Amino acid sequence: MVFSTYIIYKAILVLAVFAITLLVATYSTYAERKIAAFLQDRIGPDRAGPFGILQPLADAVKMFMKEEMIPSVSNKWLFILGPSLAMLTACLTGVVIPWGKSLFIDGQEFSLQITDLNIGVLYLFSVVSMGVYGIMIGGWASNNKYSLLGGIRASSQMISYEVAMGLSIIALVMTTGTLSMKEIAAQQHGWHWNVLIQPLGCLIFIICAFAETNRAPFDLPECETELVGGYHTEYSSMKLGFFLFAEYINMFISSAVISTFYFGGYNMPFVGRWIHDPNMLAILGVVFLFVKISFFIFFFMWVRWTLPRFRYDQLMNLGWKILIPLSILNIVITGAWMMRGEIIQLFTK
Amino acid sequence: MQALTNRSKVVSKKEMTFMERMYLPAIFGGMMITFSHFFRRKPTIKYPEQKREFSGIYRGQHVLKRDEKGAERCTACGLCAVACPAEAITMVSAERKPGEENLYREEKYAAKYEINMLRCIFCGDCEEACPKEAIFLTDRQVSVYGQRKSFIYGKDVLVESKDSPIDLAKRQTPSVKEFKLHKEFGHNQTYDKNKKVNAGGHH
Repeated sequence: MVFSTYIIYKAILVLAVFAITLLVATYSTYAERKIAAFLQDRIGPDRAGPFGILQPLADAVKMFMKEEMIPSVSNKWLFILGPSLAMLTACLTGVVIPWGKSLFIDGQEFSLQITDLNIGVLYLFSVVSMGVYGIMIGGWASNNKYSLLGGIRASSQMISYEVAMGLSIIALVMTTGTLSMKEIAAQQHGWHWNVLIQPLGCLIFIICAFAETNRAPFDLPECETELVGGYHTEYSSMKLGFFLFAEYINMFISSAVISTFYFGGYNMPFVGRWIHDPNMLAILGVVFLFVKISFFIFFFMWVRWTLPRFRYDQLMNLGWKILIPLSILNIVITGAWMMRGEIIQLFTK
Repeated sequence: MQALTNRSKVVSKKEMTFMERMYLPAIFGGMMITFSHFFRRKPTIKYPEQKREFSGIYRGQHVLKRDEKGAERCTACGLCAVACPAEAITMVSAERKPGEENLYREEKYAAKYEINMLRCIFCGDCEEACPKEAIFLTDRQVSVYGQRKSFIYGKDVLVESKDSPIDLAKRQTPSVKEFKLHKEFGHNQTYDKNKKVNAGGHH
């Protein structure tokens, strides 16, 4: 491929992924309110536009028009850095996700992944673990007891659950034998979804994804009842909007990662039988991935409006005493299964 | 002891079984419950477009009636203000001057008559107390305002206009009128069984 074409194509792809991420996150706020309403026998926002589909726009305008408050006792630069960092890390993760198979136009390959890092999984985790800094800095810089408590809770929760998350992924990496997201997605063609190979790992990963995104039932950092909003108590206007928006972007990316890691990514069984054009298949793959992502976003919200919040000690118990031993057990079982030939040989010798 | 209802559940503090301690079946059950609500019919009434149907005897905004000739019936006797449990009614009386006979029915009238709609509880005691059939509650709703002082209704709002009298037929049905004749049924008086009901109702 010509270098200039490559640059232009990648620029377009980056912009498209960025725009779609923001769009999905925007409409997640609408979906959240609608789903919450429907699960509670209400009808939710329906005033702005038909069925209230312009509600996110109205919310955004409201956020921008609100008075910008920076507490005089806060550290001004850190106060601004917090939400910026939360937003930045949330947007960075979309880079390594394979949104579909490659398109072929005039014999040239156009990959639907921004970049195929050979350590894509590691990149993902490093960026996700940076996400806690935004919340921590925001909580610290506010110079407020509630914010600080929220920030501390967020950091301890995310550190605890990242361990279990990483361990559950190690088992996945053992079975797939690669750290490249593209490879992991490509291996799950047809029915070879990783959830069937790694059911326990999948469950642990999903639970940890809830904890990493600070979603209910793991929303201790921002619990309204005890901490009046937690780390974003002192925030107003669009800086508050950034914190809330970053949560929805994280939810979108988490759904994409869960789909890619465990639920076949852009693959869908049986489609290849009827459709043979590779470009058509690639586009359909993107559609399938977004269907899966939508389901998981719905699942995130469904859980939020069903389960109550954990108590802090229950959260730590679940993380350290249950999920980490379980994920280690998962690694051991996976390893034993992979080496079963050698193990049987050892005992039958 | 016999239970009053069959809804009470005995709480047991037994050790949870392994399945219970996994919580996943319980979580799944809970999520199915919330999901079943997803498709339920929503009881919401979309207010400005849809309006809730009121009962025929709904007690809403008051009206000060005029008589057949268009003169105000109210004589500012103050019985409504005395009857009002929320102390929402105030008035100032004045004497009718010669030449005002077409404005006021009797020699005394209310120069100022105010009901604080934020205090009013729409019990209808004023209507019951009125000896001159002047004040009635109607099926109209009190409007919404941004300021408290707007809720204090004066005579300009309360007195019905000569051209478009307020129709009371919906509330003042014959049976209601008959009931109102028997003052002993009013809920402020204690009902005396031994007292004879005056069927004619003249007082």
